[in-house]
Parts: sequence; C-alpha cells; structure tokens
Amino acid sequence: MSRKQGAAYTLGFSALVCLVCSVFVSFSNVSLKERQELNRQVDKQKNVLVAAGLATSDEKLSSEEIVARFQSIVPVAVALRDPNQPKGEERKPGSGAVLSDVDATAVDMVAAMQDENASLREPANKAGILRVPYVGVVYQVMEGDRVARLVLPISGKGLWSTMYGFMAIAADTTTIKGVSFYDHGETAGLGGEIENPSWTARWHDRRLFDDAWQPIFAVRKGATGSVAEDPHGVDGLSGATLTSNGVTESVRFWVGEYGYGPYLKAFREGGR
Amino acid sequence: MSLKLKDIFLDPLIKNNPISVQVLGICSALAVTTRMSTALVMSIALTLVTALSSFTISLIRNHIPSSVRIIVQLTIIASLVIIADQILKATVYDLSKQLSVFVGLIITNCIVMGRAEAFAMQRGPVESLVDGISNGLGYSMFLMSVAFIRELLGSGQVFGTTVLPTVNNGGWYVPNGLMVLAPGAFFAIGFIIWGLRTWKPELKEQD
Repeated sequence: MSRKQGAAYTLGFSALVCLVCSVFVSFSNVSLKERQELNRQVDKQKNVLVAAGLATSDEKLSSEEIVARFQSIVPVAVALRDPNQPKGEERKPGSGAVLSDVDATAVDMVAAMQDENASLREPANKAGILRVPYVGVVYQVMEGDRVARLVLPISGKGLWSTMYGFMAIAADTTTIKGVSFYDHGETAGLGGEIENPSWTARWHDRRLFDDAWQPIFAVRKGATGSVAEDPHGVDGLSGATLTSNGVTESVRFWVGEYGYGPYLKAFREGGR
Repeated sequence: MSLKLKDIFLDPLIKNNPISVQVLGICSALAVTTRMSTALVMSIALTLVTALSSFTISLIRNHIPSSVRIIVQLTIIASLVIIADQILKATVYDLSKQLSVFVGLIITNCIVMGRAEAFAMQRGPVESLVDGISNGLGYSMFLMSVAFIRELLGSGQVFGTTVLPTVNNGGWYVPNGLMVLAPGAFFAIGFIIWGLRTWKPELKEQD
C-alpha cells in the first residue's frame, strides 16, 4: 500500500467496488426472484392444504402435487373493510360480501396489511393487529357441489412475533377442523410448539362460538380434556402463556365481528 | 511470516478456533443452534461467505485505499451475504424461514470481518481462501456441537429425527426447556470451552 492515494483515487475505487458489488447483488436478485416467489406460494398453499386436512405437515409435496390437491379448493375474495370509508371515521365491520369481480388467487393479505392503500388502520386490539385489508380470502374446500369446509387465514401477535396461519372450519362455521401456523418467530420448543401437529390435532371438533354466536374459543392453561368436556378450549402450551393468549385473541379476532364474522354469518344463513 | 498452507488450514479448527479460543461470533452461535439443520445451513453460509470475502479482498488488497478499507471490506461481505440469503430463499425455503434475520447478520459476524482485516489484507488470495474456509469450518464444528447438545436435550432429536421420544409426543423424555432458549446455548458453549481447555491446557489465556 505504498501507492499515493489521493481523494480522487479513493472515491473512484469505492465507486468501482460498489458498482461491481451491486451488479452481483442485482443479478442474484433478479435471477432467483421467480423461484423464491414460487417457494413462497407453494409454502402458503401447502399450509392451506394442511389446515384443510388434505395434507400433513411433515409430508414432502412437490409443487405439482400441491397444485393437484388444490383442485378441490376454491379461493373467494371477501370484503373485510369498506375501501370508500373516509379516513379517521370509526371502524365498521366489513359487509362480508363475496367479491366475485376480484381474483382471489391474486389477493395477498399479508402484503396488504402493510400497504396503506390496501388496508385500514385498526384501533388497538388484543390480537395486536395493526391494519385489516379491504379484501380477505376464504378458501372453500369443495366436496362435489357442496362447500365442506372453509379455510380462513388468521394472524396476530404472539410473544415475539406476528403469527400467521390457516384455520379450517366445518360448513356449520363453528366446528374447527384443523389449524396450521406457517410463519412465526416464537421461541422454538415453547411458543414454537404451535406448529406441533400433536398440539394442533387437539383443536379438532372444538367449537368457536357459543349459542349467541360470540367467539369464545380459547387456548387455556392446563389440560382441557375431551371435546365433550370442554368444547371451546384447547390445552395451552406450557411455558408459552403469552403465545397461547396471542393465539386465542387472533382466532377470536378473525372469526369475530371485525374479521370474517359477517361473512360466516351470511354463509351459515344463506348457505353461500 | 510465511505460514504453511497446512498450518493455515489446521490452526483455526482447534488450536485457534474462532469461537472457543477467540470467542468471536457468539451471537449467531446462540441464535441458530436450537436445531442442527439450521446450524448446518448457517455454517455452510458463513463458511462460503468467509472464504469468498477473504479471497476477493485479498485479490484487491494492494489497491484498496487504507482510509476506506473497512468500508470496502464491508461492502464486499455485505454483497456476498445478500447473495447467500437469496440463494437460500430460492433453494431451502423452509430453513431460510427459520434462519430469518440471522443470515443477514452474518455481515456483523466478527469472524468474517476479523479474517478479512487481520489476514486477507496481508496475504495472497490462495492463503486467504484457505484461511477463510478453515475459519468457517472451525466455526461450523463448534456450532454443530452446540446444536447437537441443544437439540438432543431440548427436543430429544438429532437432525429432526427423534432419538429420545418426548412426553409431548407420548414418549418418556421430559425435554429440558432451558436448552431451547438462548441461555442454554451459553451453558453449552461454556461447557465445551471448559472441556476443550481442560483437554488442551495451552489454549488457556495468560493471566
């Protein structure tokens, strides 16, 4: 390093290094983007399948198999908030109407929740949800012409992170048929056990609503016994009380009045 | 000054191990060692980044203006890390989800910077490449040992395969919850360093 180094040389050298590096970074980004996007889609679809009971979580599925099993699933777009509602006005529940003119496969709720133009600010709530998208997705699992199950995306704040998952419910809109969390940052081994299939299996046949259609489903402390003994409670995760509470609040939010509640109400009353 | 390639390769594995002797890179050793699979991916990513960054920096070491050398090193390291992260997301998506921010944090891993500044700036590209690889391997060996202890005691598994069936899944083993939390890694690292220094007393620092 005996070379005489003026400011011009330093600047020129730095610019050159940055240029070369940025070419490499952009190249890797552009050339791998498609595969990453595909991976993300496949991962999400797989979790819809797991929640719907059409796949198990440790099953290795190729993207073709996932597409094949997705044949019986019809995503529909649902109005969760009114996009024309003036800003600053008090929140109102969405109409829950099925938006037949929206391509539901293109709806990305997770991205929408971070986009000011695609979601509405939510007042403070126990599920820690900051924004609710104007348009939500419901995956209808068909058996012949009949809708057998509904798969709802759920999300909410756990202890450390926002948890994302899918929950399948029967056509009566209250009986849980499966649940699967696909993205979270909870402590592995404690809160991270929300992914554990032997825990999620306990959700089966528990009910979301009471007789007055209020969401009272809860993840409780201590053993809750069989479905007959406690139809609305799931045994909590030991060492993960805050994660468990987060799961309870997330589920209640999304099936409640300000989540998919209006859609579920219309569904059970109109059969659609 | 001329070290043999063999020594450059062997030194960082035990005698001058970046974690157990130099106590560098502890942060990621805590974060990604709850599972052996995540630790393995992290190890591979770090080894590649250290090797390639040392190599690249060594190639241009005589042209780097000394006033901005750290920034130049960081630019190169950061670019390599971003590329590694992109490749992981495109190939092993599940694992990259679990590693989340920690791949990005390789940038701040003292081992990478340390080797670039302390070694690659003075030596030729081949020596630097070997040095980068072996430091990466030294880190990997340590990381895998910690991950083995933590996964076995914390979840009763090795590479995701159940070895000790846990009570949650109908077995007999009550997993040690401490091991899946960050403090468990401190204990594991502490015991390994203790063991290594008892075995090889010359590793002890002079008081």
